[in-house]
Amino acid sequence: MEKCIACGTCYEKCPAKTADEYNEGLAKRKAIYVPYPQAVPLKYVIDEDRCIYFKKGKCKACEKFCPTDAIVFDDKEENLTLNVGSVIVTSGLKPFDPAGLDNYKHAAFPNVLTSLEFERILSAGGPTTGHVARPSDGEEPKKIAWLQCVGSRDLNRCDNEYCSSVCCMYAIKEAIVAKEHVGAEFEPTIFYMDMRTHGKDFERYYNRAQDEGVRFVRSRVHTILQKDASGTLEVQYVTDEGTNMVEDFDMVVLSVGMEPSATAPELADTLGIELNDYRFVNTEDTAPVTTSRPGVYVAGVIQGCKDIPQSVMEASAAACQAGISLAGARGSAVIEPASTEETDVRQQDPRIGVFVCNCGVNIGGFADVPAIAEYARSLPNVAYVEENLFTCAQDTQDKMVELIKEHDLNRIVVAACTPRTHEPLFQETVRNAGLNAYLFEMANIRNQCTWVHSNNKDIATEKSKDLVRMAISRAALLEPIPDLSVDVKKSALIIGGGAAGMNAALSLADQGFPAVLVETSDTLGGSAKDVQKTAGGQDVQAFLEDMTQKVKNHPHIEVLLNSEIVGASGFVGNFEAEISTNGQTRTIEHGATIIATGGSASETEEYLYGKSDRVFRWHDLENDPKTLETAKAVAFIQCVGSRDDNRPYCSRICCTASVLQAIAIKEDNPDTDVYVLYRDMRTFGEREILYKKARQLGVIFIRYSLDRKPVVIETKDGLEITVFDPILQQNLILPVDLLNLQTAIVPTDNTGISEMYKIPMNEDSFFMEAHAKLRPVEFATDGVFLCGIAHYPKSLDESLAQSMAAASRAATVLARATIQIAPTVSQIDPEMCIGCSLCEEVCPFGAIAMDEVEGKGYRARNIAASCKGCGLCASSCPQKAIDMLHFRDGQIAASVSAVA
Amino acid sequence: MSDFEPKIVGFLCNWCAYGGADLAGVSRLQYPPNLRPVRVMCSGRVDPLFIIQALKEGADGVLVAG
Repeated sequence: MEKCIACGTCYEKCPAKTADEYNEGLAKRKAIYVPYPQAVPLKYVIDEDRCIYFKKGKCKACEKFCPTDAIVFDDKEENLTLNVGSVIVTSGLKPFDPAGLDNYKHAAFPNVLTSLEFERILSAGGPTTGHVARPSDGEEPKKIAWLQCVGSRDLNRCDNEYCSSVCCMYAIKEAIVAKEHVGAEFEPTIFYMDMRTHGKDFERYYNRAQDEGVRFVRSRVHTILQKDASGTLEVQYVTDEGTNMVEDFDMVVLSVGMEPSATAPELADTLGIELNDYRFVNTEDTAPVTTSRPGVYVAGVIQGCKDIPQSVMEASAAACQAGISLAGARGSAVIEPASTEETDVRQQDPRIGVFVCNCGVNIGGFADVPAIAEYARSLPNVAYVEENLFTCAQDTQDKMVELIKEHDLNRIVVAACTPRTHEPLFQETVRNAGLNAYLFEMANIRNQCTWVHSNNKDIATEKSKDLVRMAISRAALLEPIPDLSVDVKKSALIIGGGAAGMNAALSLADQGFPAVLVETSDTLGGSAKDVQKTAGGQDVQAFLEDMTQKVKNHPHIEVLLNSEIVGASGFVGNFEAEISTNGQTRTIEHGATIIATGGSASETEEYLYGKSDRVFRWHDLENDPKTLETAKAVAFIQCVGSRDDNRPYCSRICCTASVLQAIAIKEDNPDTDVYVLYRDMRTFGEREILYKKARQLGVIFIRYSLDRKPVVIETKDGLEITVFDPILQQNLILPVDLLNLQTAIVPTDNTGISEMYKIPMNEDSFFMEAHAKLRPVEFATDGVFLCGIAHYPKSLDESLAQSMAAASRAATVLARATIQIAPTVSQIDPEMCIGCSLCEEVCPFGAIAMDEVEGKGYRARNIAASCKGCGLCASSCPQKAIDMLHFRDGQIAASVSAVA
Repeated sequence: MSDFEPKIVGFLCNWCAYGGADLAGVSRLQYPPNLRPVRVMCSGRVDPLFIIQALKEGADGVLVAG
């Protein structure tokens, strides 16, 4: 594996073809292959079951042509024993296989695809290079139907009664992307039961899909027939009104649900952990990543159906739990690399060494490498040129170190592959030769030249020469950049004393990092104080009481009640916060900041709230058992102030909250009539089971739409609700004693925090994380983290997972004595700066501070620890007072000039 | 003009467009050889003056991708 350079020669020569699993069998691959183009490490493997040598004992074409002797036929699977202190299970999901659904004929009809198959068709790297084509005849489809809940919310045709949580969103995404690919005339239709776009900003995406012409039909398709030889499909369904419909589609996509990976039972057995009824790893809501066995944690879909952001949060949360268990051993296996003395080249004229790589035949086979090398020799400042078969090979690296010393080279250019994968390797090599790492430059003549112009050697050679010339011109101007690091204050500030904030504080304190917990009110607990039970049935108040005691008694946690942040400054590892407690202000220095400011249920004036004492909100009703006891009929209205023009987002937790309360009422007194008036029932994941239970207990669910909201009036006996039932197609009049409104969840006013920490909020005033999917608890500003309802409405288990994730990310800062910073940062010339603060305004990372200079007004200062080197400040500066190290104006200009 | 081949300077963001160009290579997608990429750490680094400079010094087109 060390020898494979992923040149692809073996793949080209291998004669055995088979179905490509990565493309869902829609394309072919060879018996020697890379599972998918982005694979890390990028190495080829042999599929023993398909390889001709393994089947028939001869062939070995790959071995014959491999330029690096990287083929090992007798490589064997090995059993390894590792001593570890903790195990994290992330074995993921298996898509539901629709083969057993005889009404959808996935196997028989070529134009019935699963959503994963369709995903590959949409992909530029897929079997049709992103062109939407139907498998039967390759024609571009004009009408596609998506069928939701295939293998989810279904006990009739499969055993998955849970909701898979993600299919509504991915179906909308596929419909929108398909429309982008095919064009305006394309007609996508999504057949669904409830549209579950409960994630952050998902509702806006759903609204956008409707605006862009995606048709949504609330119906479960019962039959698909193939109409003719071309493969056109006849879809049969029944509308809300009870009308039978028959409609033709060019393709049907089955939005298949998720199941735990097939290995789950075996893995659970090996690890000795419990699974639940659906073979997902069992956890409790109050410990969402903790399995039944101490030291074994879980993250992702193997714990239950969820989307990427939630999986990523859980992954960090599991790492946090492992970090707590292993806190004592932290850093004990770290090996510090030896360093080499650096030569000062600043006074020397450039002596550039150029190494042109053949990359086996990857470059050498498609461009004239000797000609490129010869050309490099003719360029100014070039002192030495060499061609290598593989510049990245270890022996070449060693030789490079010797050559750099022997020829007094002080700038190095490697013309080979991409700096995105190989720059760090070569920087290490030049460092070993006593040169600063930034005296190195690459010319990307493989990925961006020979691989993409493999049909014309002359053209590839000419372009390679240009790329080499550009790199050499730039290299002549490169300068050494010293390493940059900052010391870290090993403590955290946590803003918000709700469940998320408390859990974040505990998670850090249990790892030995001191935490200061700041709460504006006079008690800890936040919005969880109103909640009785989690969806999984755990007692929230007992849990909260226990956690509060732990926080109060923890030697590493200081709790500041009645306190608020009035000022904040600093950067990762070195923050300062001014905290006002009962009018007294003190300054706290800390290395990381976690924001957990929470949210609350919004006020409303709808449905007689505040006018009738029979109308309640959220948990007020269940927390008033005496009133509830007397009621013969209770109604819930969902989406009060959510999912409308004013707040176009779903508050995520209200459907489950109502279902839980409805179940409790029915269990206490089965004779009480309970109605839930909803728009889409969003009991995602295993919350679906509660929805089913509520219906079994006799809770009546009635759907309403935004344009026909229920009308509530007060009568002498109680309340009367009029609502249009779309199934019966008529108005229902419900006499009830009590009404509970699930009003929208809104964030705490975060304007002050947002301004002080320079962290953005979204249109709904929730904080906006650095990346919705991949960095769900971080901000673009380093060292500041996010959790709980300040991010988005979420249930206790989700808040706890996110708070552990935030603590985990904060611990990556606090665990170090110093932080190494990429020194390619902005450089501000204070003499040229006029203090206009444009740079401060445009910097997305809060990496520019404006200092007051006596007699001169303000001057910009770079905060290197926060700077990502993007250069937005430099290109915006009207005075040209800012330049970027390693990407100086002059260095970029040199590359540009070299093109001409 | 029929054999005119434009020279295009491309300012490519390291994190997206440049990575995309690399992936096009891994996937062996063939495209015209007219682009001369200049890697930048963000398309926000591209000073309008760079674009003017490129055009002034003989580039027929400039692509900023990020």
